[in-house]
Amino acid sequence: MAIAPPRPHAARRTSGAPGHAEADGAGIKGAVAGRRRTPLGDAMRTLRTKPLALAGLGVIAAWLLLGLLAPVLPIQDPNHQALGDKLQPPGAGHLFGTDDLGRDMISRVIYGARISVPAGILVILLTGAFGSLLGAVAGYVGGAVDALIMRAADAILSFPSIILAMAITAARGGPGLENALLAVGVVLWPEYARVMRGQVLAIRANEYVTAAEAVGADRWRVLFRHILPSTDAPLIVKATLDVGAAIVLTAGLSFIGLGAVPPDAEWGAMIKQGADKGLQYWWYAAVPGIAIMSVVMGLNFFGDGLRDALDPRRRGR
Amino acid sequence: MGLWGFVARRLALSVVVLAMVSVGTFSLAHALPGDPLSSVISERQANNPEVRAAFEKRWGFDRPLPVQYLYYVRNLLRGDLGESIAKRRPVSDELKQRVPATIELTLFAMGFAVLVGVPLGIVSAVRHDRWPDHLARFLTLIGTSVPVFWLGLLLLYVFFYRLQWLPGPGRLDVGMRPPATITGMVTLDALLARDWDVLGTALKRLVLPAIVLGAYAMGIVARMLRSSLLSALGDDYVRTARAKGLVERRVVAGHALRNALIPTVTVLGLTVASLLAGAVLTETIFSWPGVGSFAVDAALKLDYPGLLGVTLVVAVVYVLVNLLVDIVYGILDPRIRAA
Repeated sequence: MAIAPPRPHAARRTSGAPGHAEADGAGIKGAVAGRRRTPLGDAMRTLRTKPLALAGLGVIAAWLLLGLLAPVLPIQDPNHQALGDKLQPPGAGHLFGTDDLGRDMISRVIYGARISVPAGILVILLTGAFGSLLGAVAGYVGGAVDALIMRAADAILSFPSIILAMAITAARGGPGLENALLAVGVVLWPEYARVMRGQVLAIRANEYVTAAEAVGADRWRVLFRHILPSTDAPLIVKATLDVGAAIVLTAGLSFIGLGAVPPDAEWGAMIKQGADKGLQYWWYAAVPGIAIMSVVMGLNFFGDGLRDALDPRRRGR
Repeated sequence: MGLWGFVARRLALSVVVLAMVSVGTFSLAHALPGDPLSSVISERQANNPEVRAAFEKRWGFDRPLPVQYLYYVRNLLRGDLGESIAKRRPVSDELKQRVPATIELTLFAMGFAVLVGVPLGIVSAVRHDRWPDHLARFLTLIGTSVPVFWLGLLLLYVFFYRLQWLPGPGRLDVGMRPPATITGMVTLDALLARDWDVLGTALKRLVLPAIVLGAYAMGIVARMLRSSLLSALGDDYVRTARAKGLVERRVVAGHALRNALIPTVTVLGLTVASLLAGAVLTETIFSWPGVGSFAVDAALKLDYPGLLGVTLVVAVVYVLVNLLVDIVYGILDPRIRAA
């Protein structure tokens, strides 16, 4: 008896490319893949009807693009000092004003996007992968391994993230963007482990997993070929929303002086410098603050839309 | 499972988590660069041979690691968290003074979260997909998206610097005598001392930090209540209530809201963690003499004993709050006990 495990990813890869679907060992799927409605196709169609989610995606894309193109944009060098121009309010010469060293705020915020946004995405990719893998192993292997991983996760989750991140940063010898990012990664993996473990526990109860085990597939193969491809939606949504959380947490660490150090144009550090200067120079803290807020709101809108799009029960609401 | 069995199991689980927490802070203390003594005393003290010998004995630093851990736990149980380098006094003394300030701020922040979040959630659900709903959702989104430190600066700029409606950072006016310390919470102490001037000032100075700290929890409460009230409004018993001819207000307040509040209460308990985390930044902006600003101070001055003390205390509080929330939830909803 041939048992074909549902492999949503395989089906998705072939979507939109009728005729190119390769027939694989199971032999059933390839023939119909071209015309079949796929989960991803459905999700994309739903997403297209959500203006807020698209707007969110647009905002994030715009920041990434601005950051990427910063060196070729017609803006000043972010570290170019013009002491005669210091602390200028927003106006004709400098649209968003200048900081206490006369550096142009627009250019510093745009260069800041090169740090904050990719750093947030990278941290979540790494910590998400690490936590998911641990959670998958915990859920599939069970027993002492499960207990060890999940109790470690519980312990980390019992510290408020910023306090643990502060302790880790301090233990690594003090301020620095790398220390801050490492700390953010350490405090965020356990949630992925929890979500993934729950999914793996649910999926491994399926008959096709039992069948794979029964025909003698080794454990790693079962985990990676049969279980992991069926998990995704909640983790993707969570990761999207968490990029915002990681950006805010990193900026928060910079704000209290434990993250990026001058002259890095990091948004949190810029807000701190602005706050230290005084409230009369409102634009100094306001401009990077608006940047952070727009990214986080963009990610929240997009993440919420994605959740609705990926969850068949919520579709159409 | 009976209620007591459930409580006993949750208690046992909390003890396990607390043990893991202590292993966590112990490992952090040993991950510190340099001298292991730096996790309990300053370098200056460690250079004094007599002090050094006394602390090595007290903390078992001359023993193997597992034995050191037992010393560590013993000292923790005695309330000994080492000496703060920045404050030059025992960490536990410093914390005793600062914990009430943070509790006071957190309580007011939760008050704000409930007083604003619950009405927003109800309006959102009852006027589903109409403009009050959109407005309420926008407000909750602001609450959950705006970084705490930025919201703090924004409100200070508008209400303190520009409009001058509210006082700036600090717990009391400069030169104002705080009331005699009974609880350590200025508002409560002033109330007990019937010192209305101090009470008024303290309350005014709590408004901005409480809003800033509570904004996130407000967003979460409103969102949760909206979604659970929406689903409750679609349930059969609500249809029955409507079919009986009850006015809509009684259907919502008397029937649907009661059930919708259960998950909201749980979520509110869980936001305590976010409040403790937010307190770090809020207290920094508003010069609030609580645990959070102490943690920042300690982290910047590499005051490891101070920072580890805060980390541990906050984690313990968090675990206990979660335990409490779980037990309350178990009482409210018996199905949870089986999970």
